[in-house]
Amino acid sequence: MAFGYPTTRHPFHQLRDEMDRLLTGFLGPAGDGLLPAVFRGHPAVNVWEKDDALMVEMEVPGVKTDEVEVSVAKGELSIRINRAAETEEEKHVTYHRRERPIGSFSRVVRLPVEVDADHVAAALHDGVLTITLPKAPSAKPRKINVAGT
Amino acid sequence: MENQNTVTKPAAEQTAVAERTRCGCCYRPSVDIVEQEDELLVMADMPGAQSDAIDVKFEDGTLEIYAAVAPRQEGEDYLLREYGVGDYYRTFQVSEAVDAAKISAQYADGVLTLRLPKAEAIKPRKIAVSAG
Repeated sequence: MAFGYPTTRHPFHQLRDEMDRLLTGFLGPAGDGLLPAVFRGHPAVNVWEKDDALMVEMEVPGVKTDEVEVSVAKGELSIRINRAAETEEEKHVTYHRRERPIGSFSRVVRLPVEVDADHVAAALHDGVLTITLPKAPSAKPRKINVAGT
Repeated sequence: MENQNTVTKPAAEQTAVAERTRCGCCYRPSVDIVEQEDELLVMADMPGAQSDAIDVKFEDGTLEIYAAVAPRQEGEDYLLREYGVGDYYRTFQVSEAVDAAKISAQYADGVLTLRLPKAEAIKPRKIAVSAG
């Protein structure tokens, strides 16, 4: 990846990541279809920059709007997902494959510029969460006119 | 500095039998396959697809799922790019006898749900025992 990008994670999550990595190394890749993919890591995000906003996108299939929690504080964006466990009709059945992640995930992204926390917007369509973080006026590019003599 | 255990989208092992004209990466959707008494339930995570661009085919016991997904951003300045966006493709060999005419598909919240009803012949049947 071209840009180093620090993400702040709770020490417990860091430890869990560490354990995941260890186990993955020893036991082969996780999620081979037999075990439910609980806590398989944190969801991937794409972050890009526009002139006036930062955009964050995350794929969260099967998640309803009330299962997503987005907050911005101290220059960090935190996304919390609680994907509902199996529904009633899925009980007492045989699983042939179980690869889809369930349970809770959270992800914290440190924002490289100051954002206007009051105008952050989040939209969820077809399992894609898009968060628009307008830049604070101080972080927007400003055009300076050069005066001639 | 990519975190190693970020949930990534695995690439499809094999692209469609007939080569597609559109290039780009093809992803393998994660699925749950659940066998119920009278049907097989397939749930595939396909975020960002459109219901009218999803192809589901069932032929000779092979279930094929394909979804064309157009890129959502183009030429953006990525600060962090942990996953790619592209088509979804996956096939399954279905061993159970399935009533192909009654297969139904539904797409909601980025999840494709397929119901494959078992053929009448193999459904468990309860036989009443009459007292002699």
